[in-house]
Amino acid sequence: MNGILKDYIFLYTKIHGPVWSSPAQCGGSGLLGARRSSGRSLVPGISGGLGPGAPLFCTRKSEKHLFFPGAVCTESQMAHTYPRSANEELVDILEGTRLSGDLSHALRTFSPQPYKDMTTSSASDLSKKTLDSQYLQYVFKEISAESSLSMEEVKEDARLLLDEMSQNLQLGFIRLMGYTLTKVLKRLYSKIYVNMEGLNTLQQAVRENPCLSLLLDFATLAGMKLVGEILRRSGAFFIRRSIGSDKLYWAVLSEYVKTIVRTGFAPLEFFVEGLRSRTLKSVPPKLGMMHMVLEPYFKGEVFDITLVPISISYDRVLEESLLAHELLGIPKPKETTRGLFKATKVLQEDYGCMHVNFGRPLSVRELCQGKINRCQYNLTPRDLPQVPSADVQACVNWLAHLIVRIQEEGSCISPWSLMACVLLQCPTSTLKDRGMAWTELKDSTLWLRKLALRFRAHLHWPEKASDQDVMSSMVALHRSIVAHEGDRVCLVQEERPRRKFELSAEEEVNRTAATVLMLASYRNQTLHVFLRPAMLATAVQVTNSTQPDELFTFFCFLKDLFSSEFIFVPGESTQDFEEACLLMKGSGAVHMSPEEVTVTEAGQQIVSFLHSLLQPFIQSYQAILEFFSENETKDMPEKQLYPTMRSFVMNLILSGELQTYEALSSDTHKNVLSALCTLRVMTKLRESKENKYQVDTAAVKRISDILCGKISPQLLHRTPHAKL
Amino acid sequence: MYGLALLYIVLNCGISPSSLTTAGPLRQAALPQNRRALGRWLISHRPVRRQCGFPNEVLRRSLAPLAPLEAPPPHKHGSSMAAADRQRAARQRLQIITGHLQRPTEDQLITAAECKAPETKAQEPGEQRTVPRRRQDVMKWNGWGYSDTKFIYNKKGQAEFTGKRYRLSGMIIPGLKDWMEGTFGASLQHKTPATPLLNSSALQPPTMNEAFAEDLKATPIPFSVEAEDRVFRAHGHCLHEIFALREGKIGRVPDMVVWPSCHNDVVKIVELACKHNICLIPFGGGTSVSSALECPSEETRSIVSLDTSQMNRILWVDEKNLTAHVEAGIVGQDLERLLNESGYCTGHEPDSMEFSSLGGWVATRASGMKKNIYGNIEDLVVHVKMVTPRGVIEKSCQGPRMSTGPDVHHFIMGSEGTLGVVTEVTLKIRPVPEYQKYGSVVFPNFEQGVACLREVARQRCAPASIRLMDNEQFKFGHALKPQVSSIFTSFLDGLKKFYITKFKGFDPDRLCVATLLFEGNREKVLQHEKQVYDIAAKFGGLAAGEDNGQRGYMLTFVIAYLRDLGMDYYVIGESFETSVPWDRVLDICRNVKACIVRECKDKGVQFPPLSTCRVTQTYDAGACVYFYFAFNYRGLGDPVHVFEQVEHAAREEILANGGSLSHHHGVGKLRKEWMRATVSDVGLGMLKSVKDYVDPNNIFGNRNLL
Repeated sequence: MNGILKDYIFLYTKIHGPVWSSPAQCGGSGLLGARRSSGRSLVPGISGGLGPGAPLFCTRKSEKHLFFPGAVCTESQMAHTYPRSANEELVDILEGTRLSGDLSHALRTFSPQPYKDMTTSSASDLSKKTLDSQYLQYVFKEISAESSLSMEEVKEDARLLLDEMSQNLQLGFIRLMGYTLTKVLKRLYSKIYVNMEGLNTLQQAVRENPCLSLLLDFATLAGMKLVGEILRRSGAFFIRRSIGSDKLYWAVLSEYVKTIVRTGFAPLEFFVEGLRSRTLKSVPPKLGMMHMVLEPYFKGEVFDITLVPISISYDRVLEESLLAHELLGIPKPKETTRGLFKATKVLQEDYGCMHVNFGRPLSVRELCQGKINRCQYNLTPRDLPQVPSADVQACVNWLAHLIVRIQEEGSCISPWSLMACVLLQCPTSTLKDRGMAWTELKDSTLWLRKLALRFRAHLHWPEKASDQDVMSSMVALHRSIVAHEGDRVCLVQEERPRRKFELSAEEEVNRTAATVLMLASYRNQTLHVFLRPAMLATAVQVTNSTQPDELFTFFCFLKDLFSSEFIFVPGESTQDFEEACLLMKGSGAVHMSPEEVTVTEAGQQIVSFLHSLLQPFIQSYQAILEFFSENETKDMPEKQLYPTMRSFVMNLILSGELQTYEALSSDTHKNVLSALCTLRVMTKLRESKENKYQVDTAAVKRISDILCGKISPQLLHRTPHAKL
Repeated sequence: MYGLALLYIVLNCGISPSSLTTAGPLRQAALPQNRRALGRWLISHRPVRRQCGFPNEVLRRSLAPLAPLEAPPPHKHGSSMAAADRQRAARQRLQIITGHLQRPTEDQLITAAECKAPETKAQEPGEQRTVPRRRQDVMKWNGWGYSDTKFIYNKKGQAEFTGKRYRLSGMIIPGLKDWMEGTFGASLQHKTPATPLLNSSALQPPTMNEAFAEDLKATPIPFSVEAEDRVFRAHGHCLHEIFALREGKIGRVPDMVVWPSCHNDVVKIVELACKHNICLIPFGGGTSVSSALECPSEETRSIVSLDTSQMNRILWVDEKNLTAHVEAGIVGQDLERLLNESGYCTGHEPDSMEFSSLGGWVATRASGMKKNIYGNIEDLVVHVKMVTPRGVIEKSCQGPRMSTGPDVHHFIMGSEGTLGVVTEVTLKIRPVPEYQKYGSVVFPNFEQGVACLREVARQRCAPASIRLMDNEQFKFGHALKPQVSSIFTSFLDGLKKFYITKFKGFDPDRLCVATLLFEGNREKVLQHEKQVYDIAAKFGGLAAGEDNGQRGYMLTFVIAYLRDLGMDYYVIGESFETSVPWDRVLDICRNVKACIVRECKDKGVQFPPLSTCRVTQTYDAGACVYFYFAFNYRGLGDPVHVFEQVEHAAREEILANGGSLSHHHGVGKLRKEWMRATVSDVGLGMLKSVKDYVDPNNIFGNRNLL
């Protein structure tokens, strides 16, 4: 088994062209500017999208295996039914390399099985095919008509772009890569678990060998010239971050991606979420790449596309502290090649285990059955550049969300995530000063473990060690966040900067907030397990109602409000509600009948736990809503808006009105803004270069009142989700 | 009826009826002066049925000294035939014609009912018609084609093709067994024999409309209520239809069969049907593959099948305009044979031409293999006569093109028997080509092959026929190679194979073959051939010989018999077609084939299916693609249902890939559900309003199309 898997890693680095649309992928130094202007900087050295959201591995399906007994892909597997067998075999893939040595691993013989109908054989063919495509000819013509450039000049530009992004496969580089990779992974992680069942399924269903996305961490190194070149030669291709506006770039990229899909040149691998999540929550998926990949199916250029959701989870995230600082608006250092060497410090730390979970391969064909009318492409040339129709957009959106949900469900939850949930139930000030009793933490965590399992969580709880040891080791692993002192566990405060002796009150709050946000991010890793029941619990608590209708209305209200905060598959409110009810009922927390939903005696604890699990979010949202209903923000440009919001929240915390430090997170601020825009109580005004917002104060007030239960919710205005 | 026939002749010859009254003036005024022209005149104006013919006395006298006449040279293979041969052939033909004319003249009696074929008399060899009234006497009642012809496994377990009718007849096909076992997992041990005899008791008793029957009896039109006759006309050749027959299951069948002999008979029948509210279902060759002949189960009226097979005469041939006026019941092979005898052809050769009828072609918008030269049926038809409940529809002239509003012919063509019965058609004819040559090209893969066909279409230099088979069909064709007697031939075959796969590096699991047919005068054919082969070479194609090409076309007729063999061994299959723009051809082929495989697996089929296709026609803007699919249904509870689900999914896939609902098979009842999406609401409304006007009482109630 180990052998197979190693090959897979290799295949990834060797032949398969991974498409990273995720973090900072820039081809050369000239592109660094673009990254800076996006307001982000990257961690030196190893950093990146270490969120629970995992990459999506796309490949064309081979027909040859269809008659294998027990072959997969026989039925569509929706979210909420993530397939797991009881005796799932997790295998540590590092063990093999420890025994055999990295060099021999890197020099393994390589014999790929290409896609059956593969038509192109070399990367240069691929580029040529892309460049010669009818679609690009149309685009060139359009661009040259819009600009002063001639067709030849536009084409030359396109060729350069293509060179920049395209793959350049060289086995030597690949071997170097494989060697380094194994070395680094061994350094960082004590174990890398992979579900062999998923991998075997994949092997059966797909002729091409699947690719792990273990190189995730390296993707972010692309900014540096040397590493970028190595990566490119290993078959990766790079995508600029801000490509929305560059028509030519977008066209070349999309044609390139589509050509790869069409010709079956190599499986594609990319991150659906498109960017890393600083909060370790899933991020709403990016649709551009998804659309590019799916379009060849919609247009009948391929029979089917197989999507393989891969979830990667980490016991400890490499750059946890930097992510927290980013959220608080404290800039991080620039990323340079020199930073890479600094990062060796990171390499010396222990980062626990890493889990890679290959989900069941999904057939786009089956998923999109009845959701899309493929005949819509019958009447125009398929190469003609066209805006996708509403139903295509809706379908892509739906599918992308669905994939993220499946990945969420597939991601492995560590004991530490549960402990984080428990710790955050405790008020921050108490946690900081007195801490939580170890026994309380232990008992609550074990209680939560039971609940999580009832909620069908994909939990990785080492069975050999005692619970006590497991939790102690978790605390030890996360000593940067908590400390076990005596019989209590306290929040660790960040070291003070050396030069400063006195910290202002704000700085003090920020220090605490950084740790809280780190802790919260681990809670976020497991949030999807509890989210829907927690929303139901909140509905029960806030509305004080037992009417399913009323609860459903409030549930939907929460869903709309948190539409940017959490991942909901569009158009599936009813299913979400039903799932919540089912889980709550299954854990004995509620009695259900068509007329009534009542909390049982035993369920009180569950309901109040779940309610308080969501409290940080609800309180943060309340705070921001309060900000908007009390302040005139109409003339405030976006740049000014966020600091004003933050200082408003800071004041609330300092005055003790607001309990949760999470309200300081810029992520929350953005999410509220985007939710308010979706709910149409806020409109984005594009005046000059600055974004400004116009707010319907009364509506904001109303939302705030509904949220705290003062008035009952009516269904708010929403942007209708197309047909779905 | 004699009067009518006479009138045609008169109009054609440009002489007045009065001039026919005496022999003398006719001879002087109408008959061509030199003997050669006379010969041609005779051929073209040859009355096909003697009883509708000429005043024989006149002709006998003029024909007597005609021996050394030279006729236009209509010969098929090569121009090697010497002039002497040509003359001999012409003389022979003339003798036959003279023979007709010189026969004793008891049937010269002219009556109003003269158009009827005499039942008792044996027909002349040249006049032999393929389809008797009792079709079951020569054709299978529960399978394809002639009763004496089928594939069997002989005692040695070798496949054999019985009968004498085809080139392959009587031959051993050694590769077929292995191919069937290998492709389908079929085995000779697992047989599914058909019910041998029709069990008449399985039939519902006929719903008789006595008043109609009475009125019909008053006419000389023959009819039958026998079970065998009725069952034969209750089906086409869809898989589910044949499967049910083989199991002895019989659903709703027509309650009566009538055999009109001419246009007027049809007029009479339709009149009576309207009077007595009868459901009429026209029946031509019975080769439908769209459930078009299935009797609607909800039909409560008496259903009468109107079998056109006895309306099978060529009424006249007009050499000046190169047209022939033909009764619509004639089947393809008879039409071609009879026209060939006078040196002409229509060139319309659908794969079913042995059995399908002219009226059926018109009613379904048929397409022939050689449409590149001769055109599809809509290009061939000059004039159509159709009997509808409202009356007879026809155009007033034979102008080659008209700007007179929407072409009413297009209401008739493709009406699938919902509006009336096509009785007579004027078709374009062409002289039989001087030279015919087959050919074939092997391509390294299907993609290259399609690219080549597209280029041929772009240069508008498609030969009479060009077809591209995919790899599976190539292998299938190979499996159907008859046993070769000479070691030399098999050695040559081996050499060929070695050259292509080893020397040229073609992958035997990817290569595909195009078959070609060139027609015309020798010089042009050779020139044309070179042009096409040059294009093929650009796409990596290698010429693979005439034999392969010819065998490909021969298999067209044989392949339909193969389904019956498959059905003896748990294998069911069907073909279906579509037309699609060029840029979609490869995609549709791949996707539909994959769809079939996927669906079969999803529906629990235990063995991998055969899923294959070929591109059979090229057009300026696209191509016609034919799919074959078949699978071994052992282990399935309801194989026909599974089959239909797969076929349905495949059609959905075709439509989703920009393919048409049908290129030439028609819609029938099988593909009705997609009509609205295909022609839009308004389009469907238009068709409905025509139906409502022409046939308000739904006399032609086969419920096809709409």
